[in-house]
Amino acid sequence: MTAKIKAISYYLPEQVLNNDEINSIFPEWSVDKISDKTGIYSRHIAAEDEFASDMAVKAANKLFLEHDIDRSSIDFILLCTQSPDYFLPTTACIVQNKIGVPISAGALDFNLGCSGYIYGLALAKGLVAAGIAKNVLLITSETYSKFIHPKDKSNRTIFGDAASATVISSSEGFAEILDFDLGTDGNGEDNLKVKRGGIKFSKNNEEDKSDDYGNIINENNLYMNGGEIFNFTSSAVPGLINNVLSKNNRSKDEINLFIFHQANKYMLNHLRKKLYIPEDKFFYFLKDCGNTVSSTIPIALSEAKKQNRLEGEVLLAGFGVGYSWGGCLIKIL
Amino acid sequence: MEDNKFLENFAFQFDETDPGSILLDTHFKKLDEWSSLIALSVMAMADEQYRVKITADDIKNSTTVNDILLLIKERS
Repeated sequence: MTAKIKAISYYLPEQVLNNDEINSIFPEWSVDKISDKTGIYSRHIAAEDEFASDMAVKAANKLFLEHDIDRSSIDFILLCTQSPDYFLPTTACIVQNKIGVPISAGALDFNLGCSGYIYGLALAKGLVAAGIAKNVLLITSETYSKFIHPKDKSNRTIFGDAASATVISSSEGFAEILDFDLGTDGNGEDNLKVKRGGIKFSKNNEEDKSDDYGNIINENNLYMNGGEIFNFTSSAVPGLINNVLSKNNRSKDEINLFIFHQANKYMLNHLRKKLYIPEDKFFYFLKDCGNTVSSTIPIALSEAKKQNRLEGEVLLAGFGVGYSWGGCLIKIL
Repeated sequence: MEDNKFLENFAFQFDETDPGSILLDTHFKKLDEWSSLIALSVMAMADEQYRVKITADDIKNSTTVNDILLLIKERS
């Protein structure tokens, strides 16, 4: 049985952090110059009382409304987040109740970052192909802003909050999900991490430290070793793309559009050049929302659809925290 | 590999710093414009121009432009 992407919607929180505001917080820093390189000029930030479940509900309700989808048709919810409301219960269970999906539906959370959407598609395809579910609601919802230290100018410049909702169906859709390549290397665990606040290390009153570049570091907050993440991406992604192509028996030239995790424009350009992908086949969408972790691919995919950029076969690829990476082809119907 | 060409590539990663002021014995982390993003650009340049991987720790342990040049020569 084939699995198809039926519809995608996304939600961006109301509050916007633009460059003017970053300039007023960090006057010594020329954020506009940085933006020229990262391609990110504003980010949406979840309200103080808005959490992963709230954004997930908003994205799902938007999906039901925008695409006229019957919520009672959903028989499985997969929710990707690294910033769940609670340790327990599962965010997907809370969301099931709030969006009125039948209690006969299965629901689970999975914890992945920038590769999360691809893994979600892989899980959804598995559920559909095995006949376990007919209409899977895949949600990504992330509030990294709540992990980031207020004085961490680098991460505040890059990350934004968002949620997305996608229906993967056995019966109808605009794109068939083809074959995947996935990978994991936990050796990179320390390079993108929120160390404290889980079971192993509870939050403490540790004093702030500063890294070599003047960024504030605190184990209670999000830490990213940008250089090492860059190196990981630069070495893992070309292999990932080649594996996705060979598993689908395709050559690079046969792909109509490449949609990668929108980490930042600088990194994307580096990967695009390294892979010899022409610019007109490479999709960017991050100027006004930034790196929204597991939501960048569904946001970009939904924007590419609105812009009529989807035809033939499209390659999706996500990579980041873990390290974890994954890619697949989708065939536009 | 030509030292002058490397210096040119290194200096090209900076937008505001006078390229003429960047020499092999320059302590690059003391340049006003030095930032984590320029560190990334240097890593990307090493990869794109010389197919050499420079790590965040390499940058941390280097002082002069020549230190980076030696790493690239060693690994290319």
